Amino acid sequence: MTAGKPILVVAEHDHVSIKSATLNTVAAARQCGDEVHVLVAGHSSAGAAAAAARIAGVAKVLHADGAALADALAENLAAQVLAVAPGYGHILFAATSTGKNVAPRVAALLDVAQVSEISRVVSADTFERPIYAGNAIQTVQSPEAVRVITVRMTAFDAAPAQGGAEQVESVAAVADSGLSAFVERVVTKSERPELADARIVVSGGRALGSSEKFDAVLTPLADKLGAALGASRAAVDAGFAPNDWQVGQTGKIVAPEVYFACGISGAIQHLAGMKDSKVIVAINKDAEAPIFSVADFGLQADLFEAVPELVAAL
Amino acid sequence: MTSRFDLEEDMKVLVAIKRVVDANVKVRVKADGSGVDLANVKMSINPFDEIAVEEAVRLKEQGAASEVVAVSCGPAACQETLRTAMAIGADRGVLIETDAALEPLAVAKLLKALIDNEAPQLVILGKQAIDDDCNQTGQMLAALTARPQATFASKVEIVDGNARVTREIDGGLETVQLVLPAIVTTDLRLNEPRYATLPNIMKAKKKPLDTTTPAQLGVDVAPRLTTLKTAEPAGRAAGVKVPDVATLVAKLKNEAKVI
Repeated sequence: MTAGKPILVVAEHDHVSIKSATLNTVAAARQCGDEVHVLVAGHSSAGAAAAAARIAGVAKVLHADGAALADALAENLAAQVLAVAPGYGHILFAATSTGKNVAPRVAALLDVAQVSEISRVVSADTFERPIYAGNAIQTVQSPEAVRVITVRMTAFDAAPAQGGAEQVESVAAVADSGLSAFVERVVTKSERPELADARIVVSGGRALGSSEKFDAVLTPLADKLGAALGASRAAVDAGFAPNDWQVGQTGKIVAPEVYFACGISGAIQHLAGMKDSKVIVAINKDAEAPIFSVADFGLQADLFEAVPELVAAL
Repeated sequence: MTSRFDLEEDMKVLVAIKRVVDANVKVRVKADGSGVDLANVKMSINPFDEIAVEEAVRLKEQGAASEVVAVSCGPAACQETLRTAMAIGADRGVLIETDAALEPLAVAKLLKALIDNEAPQLVILGKQAIDDDCNQTGQMLAALTARPQATFASKVEIVDGNARVTREIDGGLETVQLVLPAIVTTDLRLNEPRYATLPNIMKAKKKPLDTTTPAQLGVDVAPRLTTLKTAEPAGRAAGVKVPDVATLVAKLKNEAKVI
């Protein structure tokens, strides 16, 4: 056992503030041990470091600030984590595109196995994680000296953003690896809440028929509810919706309070991404659609009639 | 005639592929909790790895790559998976044969050992296997070989001896430039793999397929983690069917109290 060793959470941030995924990761970390530290590795990132230090349950923030850390390049960020890793028994990342990118690089450099996307902490060395798109739950024990873990955000309630020890310690930032360079980032601009942490999600499937109809039918419902828009893989593959709207095993994992599945049949890979939603509403013409087997409220109807009617009734 | 040595840097691309339960199979957990029932289940190439093979073959067709080598780690049956890759257009296959259950770190070490001999300029892997859903091997391989990585690729270009890769990230896209040799993992939108034609399937049977073992490569593949049990996920009971929109709205407002 590594009882007594502190837990390190690698923060997800935009240099100015902390992303909500970090709060869920801190919550998981607190179940692994008592003393939780957070690494904020960024550039001109004092704001993010201060915000991380305020998270309830965080004893200390390690703040590495340097130009090589401006864009979360995997090579530099992994090297930074390695530089502070000695002494920690667990290193946790959120299972976001950044966390998934960097964590295995850290694990391999430490020569330890990684436990991906944990959904429950059983004990400090034992974790549950979904496999086969959530069709089975594996309980894994890791005897490794350092447990490198990615955390499925939706499985852990966020730690309060206030109440931490507000301790920030500066650590030396690593130099650039020279192996990779950031070129550009194109972030989809949207007035809507982010899909991964929206309270309500309105999702559409292939039944929408075209990107024009997807927009015309679902956007008014999402607007009315202040919801994020999502899509099934079939709808994304057909070009009706952008890839980063995809909910499912290979897309985003969401667990909103309400999930509206409109014209989505409910393929295994889609259910894997949304079945932990608190309330699921399914609107589908096909009475046999598997989505009805997980829906709290199922409406067998033509979505082109039912959704506008729903918008009018809300 | 163009000899392969006329190609820029004589670039070899290595593709790692995994044999997994077919994406359309609904897996069943064994009653004793010891794992997932794999008896008589249809097996296929991991879908993300198929995208990796397709990308490598396209790079060769564009003249950016000189040779495509497909590698798989696992039991003898992985030869079929390698033939699938060769039917798509890989030039040859290497099977690292073992009946042991392999964790991603072990696979990364096996691939590193092979790369030390093969010296490819680019290694393309699927971002994750649809059985263990780990999403680790490519990143681990990049770490072990001290090479740059670009995960979740939706576009790959070879420009002036560098790889320029567009990546799917939360909320959008990011482009990075990597010094070769480099490791890339594929996301869904990178390409749509072709169907292997019958003549190409026949041709694939004659392509070279070498076999080696973890012992010959000097790699210890003993698992690091212990799986204590494998269970069915907590079921979600089906709710009620509502007759119309008005009832749905009433239930959401009054029963579930969520809107």
